[in-house]
Amino acid sequence: MTVSFTFDPDWMDTLTAPFMTNAFLAGLCIALAAGVMGYFTIARQSTFAAHALAHIGLPGATGAVLLGLPVSLGLGVFALGGALVIGALGKRASQREIATGTVLAFATGLGLFFARLSSSASQQMQSILFGSILTITTDQIIGFAIFDVLLLAVLAVIYRPLLFSSVDEQVAQAKGVPIGAMNVAFMAIMAGVITIAVPAVGTLLIFALVITPAATANILAGSPLRAMVLASVLCLVAIWGGLVLAAMFPAPPSFIIVTLSTLFWAVAKGVASLRR
Amino acid sequence: MTNDSTQHDACIVFHDAAVSRGGRTIWQHGSFAIPNGSVTAIVGTNGTGKTTMMKAELGLLPLAAGSITILGRPAGSANRQIGYVPQSYTSDIDSNLTAEQSVLLGLTGTQFGIHVVTKAQKAKVRQALAFTGIEDKAHLRLSELSGGLRQRVAIAQALVSDPKLLMLDEPLANLDLASQRAVVHVLARLNKELGMTIQVVAHDLNMLLPILTGAVYLLDGHPHYAAMNQVLDSSLLTHLYGTTVQVVTTPQGDMFVTPSPDEPEDVVPDTHATAEIAQFHHHHGAGDAGHDAGARTPAVRNDAGGAR
Repeated sequence: MTVSFTFDPDWMDTLTAPFMTNAFLAGLCIALAAGVMGYFTIARQSTFAAHALAHIGLPGATGAVLLGLPVSLGLGVFALGGALVIGALGKRASQREIATGTVLAFATGLGLFFARLSSSASQQMQSILFGSILTITTDQIIGFAIFDVLLLAVLAVIYRPLLFSSVDEQVAQAKGVPIGAMNVAFMAIMAGVITIAVPAVGTLLIFALVITPAATANILAGSPLRAMVLASVLCLVAIWGGLVLAAMFPAPPSFIIVTLSTLFWAVAKGVASLRR
Repeated sequence: MTNDSTQHDACIVFHDAAVSRGGRTIWQHGSFAIPNGSVTAIVGTNGTGKTTMMKAELGLLPLAAGSITILGRPAGSANRQIGYVPQSYTSDIDSNLTAEQSVLLGLTGTQFGIHVVTKAQKAKVRQALAFTGIEDKAHLRLSELSGGLRQRVAIAQALVSDPKLLMLDEPLANLDLASQRAVVHVLARLNKELGMTIQVVAHDLNMLLPILTGAVYLLDGHPHYAAMNQVLDSSLLTHLYGTTVQVVTTPQGDMFVTPSPDEPEDVVPDTHATAEIAQFHHHHGAGDAGHDAGARTPAVRNDAGGAR
């Protein structure tokens, strides 16, 4: 067997195919949601909990295939369920690494179990774990777009109290911010972001798409709003760049997306530490 | 400072207040009134419920009995007029907020909906930063600031909304001497120039002594309030801290509370878990807190000895 890693001269034709248009649009929707919520996830020190949500969604996704339901539905329901439980336990709970890690491992195992119960779920397992941005349908994109509009509308209303409770929870509580409600709202929105981002890079690689661009933006930008915009842009460049490079070279888009995202972060981190 | 404040001009009034957590009484029978314009410390050893007291005053913890009145209203309902600086445990900050943005949240952080930051709000933030002496650090991120500067940002955030009462939980912990002095200086000016009532949770009184007018001490499972001359009593402090403490008056007039280098052999520091001692005896009514303080110490020793 030979490994071929050659440049594809017909890459422009690949890019103009209808499934590519869908992938670019999906990337736009995902980048917007991930960039904005990534900032809050880092400010709340809940990155591991957010990552775990994707894994909690895994048995939902494979279970949905088993029952003949849409993957996104099962994923979303499980992620939301997990989010509401973690949210109800409070912000401290989302910082408990051992409990989160244990639940994460168990959920992944459960996902594997459901997948083995049917051959169709088994076939889908790979794309749920590692993403398949090239198979995203027009219906899914409409769902993504609706979610983005809702996300921005809700955030416009709760932006300041959510930010206050994220960076100064005790003071926010004393000043009358409903920190419990903020925490549940944050986790519920996060479940939505996970649900729309998993089809792009899968449950295993989602950290690099939702958290890493926000971390890069945090290093470079000097205010929350600027960081959110920059995170969205970085996320978008990673996804679109990944799609273009995947059309040129025989590598899975998920791999290139995650690589670009990691590269941006590593460069920003390196430059920042050199400056000090 | 006088101790005979009437309920009328009192800022913080405890009436037979008690707090328990998980069925265990933290402290009880707290009855005293702290006057407006005072600077008080809440003192006591670890685990006596100092932070708990501040949370109860903010209405964040329910009372098991009695009542607490802050600024003339039940605990928790006057919080908009209270600046609160909680104890900061985190040394690393993941947010990219600048000092200025952090202080701004003290003004706008509770607002739902879309609001544009007004010029007046920006001016208010500048003023608060200037008062705490960190105006030049406005555009630096919190993660770039030292612990002492971060503490001053937190104080600026608390005072930006023009509170009448400022509450700080261990504001001097983990700060070097110069930073401690700077924070104490800010507190002194807030009290003198703006007339702000200040309450500080502290386990070391030394730095705060020049500005304190009184202290709430959690001696035996009961909070007591006393003016400063009554608190600075060697035997009381020795009992309070569970180790020998000396009060020294220097030629400059400063008083320092210093642990003595060697424990005298005939003195056995009387140490108990406060929840344990709280069960030994009961108090009735607020009484004269100063008189209380002097009379309490031997009484507790006798009680404690009897229970052993």
